Amino acid sequence: MSILVNKDTKIVVQGITGKEGRFHANQCNLYGGNVVGGVSPGKGGATVEGIPVFNTVAAAVETAHATCSLIFVPPPFAADAIVEAVDSGIEFIVCITEGIPIRDMMMVAHYMKNNYPKTILLGPNCPGIITPNEAKVGILPGHIFSRGRIGVISRSGTLTYEAAYQLTGLGIGQSTAVGIGGDPISGLSHKDVVEMFENDPETDAILMIGEIGGTSEEEAAEFIVSHVKKPVFAYIAGTTAPPGRRMGHAGAIVTGGKGTAESKIKSLNKAGVHTIDNAAFIGKTIKETLKY
Amino acid sequence: MQLHEHQAKEILRGYGLPVSNGKVITKIEEVDQVLAELNAFPLVVKAQVHAGGRGKAGGVKLVRNADELRQTVATLLGTILKTYQCPDGKPVNSLLIEEGTDIKAEYYFSITLDRSTSRPMIVASKAGGMDIETVARESAEAIMMVPLDPCLGLTLGKARNLAFDLDLPVQEFVNIVTALYRAYIELDASLLEINPLVLNKAGNLILLDAKLEIDDNSLFRHKDLQALEDLTQIDPLEVAAGEYNLNYVRLDGNIACMVNGAGLAMTTMDTIKLAGGNPANFLDVGGGASAEQIANAMRILMSDTNVKAVFVNIFGGILRCGRLAQGLIDAARMVEIRTPVVVRLEGTNVEEGRALLNESGLDFIVTAADMWDGANKAVELAKKNGEM
Repeated sequence: MSILVNKDTKIVVQGITGKEGRFHANQCNLYGGNVVGGVSPGKGGATVEGIPVFNTVAAAVETAHATCSLIFVPPPFAADAIVEAVDSGIEFIVCITEGIPIRDMMMVAHYMKNNYPKTILLGPNCPGIITPNEAKVGILPGHIFSRGRIGVISRSGTLTYEAAYQLTGLGIGQSTAVGIGGDPISGLSHKDVVEMFENDPETDAILMIGEIGGTSEEEAAEFIVSHVKKPVFAYIAGTTAPPGRRMGHAGAIVTGGKGTAESKIKSLNKAGVHTIDNAAFIGKTIKETLKY
Repeated sequence: MQLHEHQAKEILRGYGLPVSNGKVITKIEEVDQVLAELNAFPLVVKAQVHAGGRGKAGGVKLVRNADELRQTVATLLGTILKTYQCPDGKPVNSLLIEEGTDIKAEYYFSITLDRSTSRPMIVASKAGGMDIETVARESAEAIMMVPLDPCLGLTLGKARNLAFDLDLPVQEFVNIVTALYRAYIELDASLLEINPLVLNKAGNLILLDAKLEIDDNSLFRHKDLQALEDLTQIDPLEVAAGEYNLNYVRLDGNIACMVNGAGLAMTTMDTIKLAGGNPANFLDVGGGASAEQIANAMRILMSDTNVKAVFVNIFGGILRCGRLAQGLIDAARMVEIRTPVVVRLEGTNVEEGRALLNESGLDFIVTAADMWDGANKAVELAKKNGEM
């Protein structure tokens, strides 16, 4: 099972002829062997790293039966790329692009909600998703993940790798690891992914990695109280970040007293989540608590 | 990106919005011109700084005659204004001098993004002129929040309802909010705040203050706005870091950190704190940092004189450890490194990276086994270095 992606996922890479797109399309294909096409308007008919290129997402869906899109399109055109994927019947879209204007994402979010409520967006500004040994859709380094029964959700890339690396090093594998991204407007939230892991028979426990800004973690905590029976672990980054200063991610900012690490940790504790205060001990805490 | 009040007002004037007559000066010699152009006293002198709470800090002064004006300009220009929101202060390099307004009542009005619903939201209150966070804390019922549909925009009904709720002249208010919403959308604002929006004694509405922040991600399509950025309001090290495409925020501790990825960079700061130290900065060198960029990062860290130790915490995913190690070795040739550097490398090509560092013969480098070990070593070395 796992969630969202598996060996049957058929990936199309939008922006495959760019430097990043080409490199990562190849990496994803080497990992899971399931990249069925790329899109680059005007370059249809070519191949990149042995992958066929189409002019439109619709053609990739029709000819190569793509179900999932991975987007590396530059920020000015990325919102359009998401809409094209949505319109073409793609079920699951992963947008890696960093720096998409908020107004564009506001429109995309509403377009999807009003017209295609079932289509799922991950990101933007995210590292992607991996179901170890089956499929990688994104830029995560595949070799640090191992197959197992912990579901991982995180806003940040390298922090996901850090956690996965600690887990793998202790012999604890992951069912799926999902990077939801660091932008103020994004697709899947912590809550959405927690819900998927709760319903996934191949996941035994959930690790949620959050950071300052927004209320995604608080909303997940509220959901966990009434809907989640599996053990949940959480780490929140940014305890020492001063208010009003943006910490790299467009969404990682404490404004108007909202989005502090304290408030997130407090609501997670209240929801019965095992919060971990030292990121160096994420793996160790999970191992000891679950007696793996 | 933040704009100054006078810049925001100039832009909003272009949207037909009512702002007071005013003039910006950067030199005391310009006072005579102000006297010639602006009509009558009292005038208001307002420091143009990117710092909230400027009124309480003495950055806004009412003057009744030419002497008072000269004196106030002389006292304010060229100073550093420290406010409760910005304790380190910002340089006052320009002043906005405006004609005074007969205030009958003050209102709060802003448009911003509601992250939880991904919509624009209007926030308004009859308790204007004050810190809205205090109002929200002490009397939440005094705050009106109107979520908007981004596809539909601001509808007349919503604007009218708000006018009635605020008890303001309906047609005038509707025109103003409609123009403000248009500006918010067209300018890709992340915040447009009018505090206060004033009803004067003649019964007209005036935007007495204006705060406009532009979404950084949208600047590629707003070159004209980008050109307005006042770099004197930003820490010089942060400006330098921006030129190298480094994501850097200066803090007040003495342990510098260099990390790849924003989440891990915040985590590294937190871990230093847990180990009993204080981080000197947030620094994300990004996913594909070149040796040159790492050298640049090191140059910026070294120019912060508070720094007593550096903690490099790299998880090599896309950024391979070998490349980072080479970057550090090259940096040592280009930049004088005057503090110990604790290095924790993990991930892709970690052996290559460690081998390069070990063979480099660089005596300031201390390697760490993991993040916690690295943080503790950095804290200890910073303490030792601080005592010397």
